[in-house]
Amino acid sequence: MTKNPSGWRPDLGAADSEGARTGTFTGNRALMLEEPLIFEMEEGGGTGVDFAEVPGVESRLAGLERNRPIGIPGLSEPQTVRHYTRLSRQNYAIDLGLFPLGSCTMKHNPRLNEKVARMPGFADIHPLQPADTVQGALALIEMLGGWLVTLTGMHSVAMSPKAGAHGELCGLLAMRAALEARGDAREVILVPESAHGTNPATAAFAGYRVESIPANERGRVDLDALTARLGPDVAGVMITNPNTCGLFEPDMLAISEAVHAAGGLVYCDGANFNAIVGRVRPGDLGIDAMHINLHKTFSTPHGGGGPGSGPVVFSEALTPFAPLPFVERLGNHFALVEEEHVVGRAPRGPAVSGGHGDPMLAGQHHGSSFGRMTAFHGQMGMFTRAMAYILSHGADGLRQVSGDAVLNANYILRQLEDVLDAPFAASGPCMHEALFSDKGFQGGLTTLDLAKGLIDEGYHPMTMYFPLVVHGSMLVEPTETESKAALDQFIGALRSVAERAKAGDQSLKAAPVHAPRRRLDETLAARKPVLVYREPEQAQAAE
Amino acid sequence: MSLHYTKEHEWIRVEADIATVGITDFAQAQLGDVVFVEVPEAGRQVSKGSEAAVVESVKAASDVYAPVSGEIVEGNQALVDDSALVNSDPEGEGWFFRLRLSNPGELEGLMDADAYRSFCESQ
Repeated sequence: MTKNPSGWRPDLGAADSEGARTGTFTGNRALMLEEPLIFEMEEGGGTGVDFAEVPGVESRLAGLERNRPIGIPGLSEPQTVRHYTRLSRQNYAIDLGLFPLGSCTMKHNPRLNEKVARMPGFADIHPLQPADTVQGALALIEMLGGWLVTLTGMHSVAMSPKAGAHGELCGLLAMRAALEARGDAREVILVPESAHGTNPATAAFAGYRVESIPANERGRVDLDALTARLGPDVAGVMITNPNTCGLFEPDMLAISEAVHAAGGLVYCDGANFNAIVGRVRPGDLGIDAMHINLHKTFSTPHGGGGPGSGPVVFSEALTPFAPLPFVERLGNHFALVEEEHVVGRAPRGPAVSGGHGDPMLAGQHHGSSFGRMTAFHGQMGMFTRAMAYILSHGADGLRQVSGDAVLNANYILRQLEDVLDAPFAASGPCMHEALFSDKGFQGGLTTLDLAKGLIDEGYHPMTMYFPLVVHGSMLVEPTETESKAALDQFIGALRSVAERAKAGDQSLKAAPVHAPRRRLDETLAARKPVLVYREPEQAQAAE
Repeated sequence: MSLHYTKEHEWIRVEADIATVGITDFAQAQLGDVVFVEVPEAGRQVSKGSEAAVVESVKAASDVYAPVSGEIVEGNQALVDDSALVNSDPEGEGWFFRLRLSNPGELEGLMDADAYRSFCESQ
């Protein structure tokens, strides 16, 4: 394709340039549309479908008829469609541009996944259907579980947990069941500072006391501090690897061995599996349980685009305690095992709803199951998408995913470390995330100001103020799908805003200036949140 | 009356056997605008180093630890209604809780104002 030979490009114009008329009658700025709240669009009780008044009908509601408006805006279908479409255009999305929050929030969702998920044999089924009528779906669950077990080098998988934190709870409950089964109820879970924020919450929810283990100066778990704390009261550790500083924990094997030697168990938060998939098998690192976020590593949509899904893989030692249900292959037949049979007790009924199974099946390897996480079998729509992703990449493709994700993050780290402080850059390459601090910002400017400046540059900000071990932290995860051109443009934008922050450019305090709304008062929003629409007179009365 | 400070950026004002505890001006500046505070109920026993209150800002949520052991006498209900007091007057109206000391000897390990000032400068 030849470029425009004249060299002419349409002038996008500056909204506030000299001589330009800045205000418009509508408040719109061309395709940037100003949009009221849906409640403010009400014109007087319209509906999607208008029915004529039915004559000669006697009310049988005996005085219980509605006597005041119900507070739902009356709009026609095109008004409603336009309202939400207009709002969606003010949003940022992975389909619009680079999302430096990375796989943690959303990486590219391949369209092939969507096509597969809509196949009627997967999409139009019900969890209560007889297993004989959904053999394809069960085969897919078993196949996906097999891939997850192989990729992680673990022994078994529980597919039902609905998201990452749910998976963490599943892992901890299995650990708790295993410890209690050996008559060794322990009280404490150790959580390093470099772990995900959900880890201590999960441990507390599972009934454990949480103790924090400090990070060393290289951003990794302080192995000496961890081993010093181990003892007969420690049930286990929850460790995130790669950790929230975007760094691999090189002492992982030593940590696992020390924890096991002290009688504890090792939970790994697998949210950052994207950085190591196809290269590192957590099972080789002595891990007992780990969740996998299908909605991160395996590209299924989340964050409003779809539900999460957090299968948990288990070591051989924890497998008997894993939750039900699970899918078991019996020759060419796939059975859904829904009931555990405690070994030594007579079966209460058929364990296998598929109808062809050995009734003792569950008892053979899930005899001490801690129970169920969910009523049904997991997020089927996410299983089909993840399976499509895995099969379309293959083993070599998945290996390249982690390689490219790490390469892209390191490119950003090295391109920006001269302008932004990178506290752990000297310790070697990062994994899939590059971490920067606010060191050197002048004039009272903060990470928040930089983030707002990035909005003006047309990017969603990166993760900020987390992890807590770094001051004013900025955690950038580009993911594997970004091209070098896209990375270079993002690096240019971030460099430009970072230079303004380091120069103390006070105009950054006013950012964003080009967004549909200027800087919002986050403090007021947190202190006095307005969560429900009220008619203006009601709102006034409540003041 | 004596005034003490901890490495967790809390201040402790002791009058007779009652200690008033809050977070320092340095701590509130680091936290940013405080949006939520949870204070302990009177009568609760706390031991040195255990969680006693919660403070949440636009940036982060943190625990406030009991700097010394004792029985909570009063949580500052004013903070529950107006968490901004932590930012506007951290070492006065923005106190978190009062407790009756059960082991006054624990005060000896804490910093005085000068030691705390140099501790902050080294941060």
